[in-house]
Amino acid sequence: QKVSVEVLDHLEHLALVDFRDSEGVERLQKAIQFADQLHEVNTDGVEPMDSVLEDRWCLYLREDDVTEGNCTKELLENAREKVEEYFVAPPGNIPLPKLEERDTFLQGS
Amino acid sequence: AALNDALRSQVSAALKEGRVTPTELCQRCLALIKSTKFLNAYITVAEETALKQAEESEERYKRGQPLGILDGIPVAVKDNFNTAGIETTCASNMLKGYISPYNATVVQKLLDHGAVLLGKTNLDEFAMGSGSTDGVFGPVRNPWSYSKQYKEKCVPKSHSEEEESDWVITGGSSGGSAAAVSSFTCFAALGSDTGGSTRNPAAHCGVVGLKPTYGLISRHGLIPLVNSMDVPGILTRCVDDAAVLLGSLAGHDPKDSTTIQDDFKPFELPNLTDVSKLSIGIPKEYNAPGLSSEILALWSKAADLFKNAGAKVVEVSLPHTRHSIVCYHVLCTAEVASNMARFDGLEYGHRSDTKDSTESMYAATRREGFNDVVRGRILSGNYFLLKQNYEKYFVKAQKVRRLIANDFVKVFRSGVDVLLTPTTLSDAAPYTEFIQEDNRTRSAQDDILTQAANMAGLPAINVPTALSERGLPVGLQFIGRSFQEKQLLTVAKWFEKQVQFPVMQLEEVRRHDSGVFQHQKSASFS
Repeated sequence: QKVSVEVLDHLEHLALVDFRDSEGVERLQKAIQFADQLHEVNTDGVEPMDSVLEDRWCLYLREDDVTEGNCTKELLENAREKVEEYFVAPPGNIPLPKLEERDTFLQGS
Repeated sequence: AALNDALRSQVSAALKEGRVTPTELCQRCLALIKSTKFLNAYITVAEETALKQAEESEERYKRGQPLGILDGIPVAVKDNFNTAGIETTCASNMLKGYISPYNATVVQKLLDHGAVLLGKTNLDEFAMGSGSTDGVFGPVRNPWSYSKQYKEKCVPKSHSEEEESDWVITGGSSGGSAAAVSSFTCFAALGSDTGGSTRNPAAHCGVVGLKPTYGLISRHGLIPLVNSMDVPGILTRCVDDAAVLLGSLAGHDPKDSTTIQDDFKPFELPNLTDVSKLSIGIPKEYNAPGLSSEILALWSKAADLFKNAGAKVVEVSLPHTRHSIVCYHVLCTAEVASNMARFDGLEYGHRSDTKDSTESMYAATRREGFNDVVRGRILSGNYFLLKQNYEKYFVKAQKVRRLIANDFVKVFRSGVDVLLTPTTLSDAAPYTEFIQEDNRTRSAQDDILTQAANMAGLPAINVPTALSERGLPVGLQFIGRSFQEKQLLTVAKWFEKQVQFPVMQLEEVRRHDSGVFQHQKSASFS
């Protein structure tokens, strides 16, 4: 069962990462095929496991006290584009172009 | 003191008694790193800061106030741990030029104990891989490729080609760290272990590789791959040294809420003489397809070793073993898809020049920054997390994970103390052979014996056992009960003493730097 171009396009949108070429798409197909082996296992009545530490009550809450911070300068150091104390991003709320208009390998499919 | 000495039993004493100074030790290690550059084990060598740390350590020794066993000891850290002021790249274009603003907790702990940080070691990009061949700085070469032991067994090709085409991989993804320890450039190194990334290269490079229990050592500052499985790994040349490192690194960290709150008491390993009360489990499913007959024989010999010494050796079953690699594949890609989302070019790392929109900038940044392997896993992970697939794949995998973890619980409950298994399917492959299969296939093949321990969160250790017919290291793995590192390491230490794994005789280096090796022993330390 091949993954449809719609789903591949959807994945590129969600992941913001490209398949690049037919090899990339093949890679996904093989990954799904591999994962399908999971269905051989009988998991009736089995609860999903989030963490191996589930019996130990690891995740705790703490008091909402500020214990560290004041490191604006260090944090901004690694950003390429900034203005005063802001990280600068290009305009938002513009969705990625649709498949037909985008420069993607999937266009040919 | 020699660079191939054991940390705890020899170097530490030498430093204390002034027979060698931290600066001398540091300089010799730095020189050795230079002369073994062809191994490509290090991405960044922090020469200036290392020498400064060594000088500070020397001051402390002069005052008679060393911070502990690790004071002045040169160590290396895998390049996916944040190190303040030092570039942290994860062997990816995405983080080239990224200077960490902070130290990972484990790095901070090493520094607080006086260790000298020599540099950051090479890995597969973002720790995805089992060969240390897929990083942007190129593959790591296994130091054993240049050993007398391997060269003696090598079928000579044309002389000019010989050294270039015969070299074998380190395994991965912590190959740089394993190679660094194996080639004597440091006394210990940090790796990470998500599916076997510390134990696999440890086996191929003939060093001790410890994966601690999940929750014992802080992951704060370790650039995450799979939050529910990642652990910092410890690579050393003997089990005692691994215990020393563990002692300085383990314990609750308020900055990592997945570390357990119990007090951790560092321990020294006893010299076990009586193993009659020990029960060793041999999981039959670990006789996996593709396991070399050589390793199978070695495994069997090891089991007999325990039996003949009076231990109880029983065959056990972990029935879901054959599903664990598939389960891992789904959970890993799903968590990776989530963890890699932070790389968008805004706050750190590579940023594309695209300015049309935020989304197109993110897409271009990630397109340019990640290699095929990373992109492939992100896309697969996103597929398994799609609404229509979530139950079928992700939740299903989580259920299978519980079955795998329960297999171990049942076996340990039946009275078994420690499990004994192979670590890898074979000895290290030549690079040219290894790259003929793609990363995912290789990882699926190579992780088979190691990753169930990550699924269950259990501690596991590779102990170098013997040389293969090709003259390359082969190790065996011990898997212990949750948080029972002391028992696990005690058994590992006993086994290490029995097998007397040979010291590598590094040929290349001897030609360049004959002052380094003061003595070559064929028996192991202590």
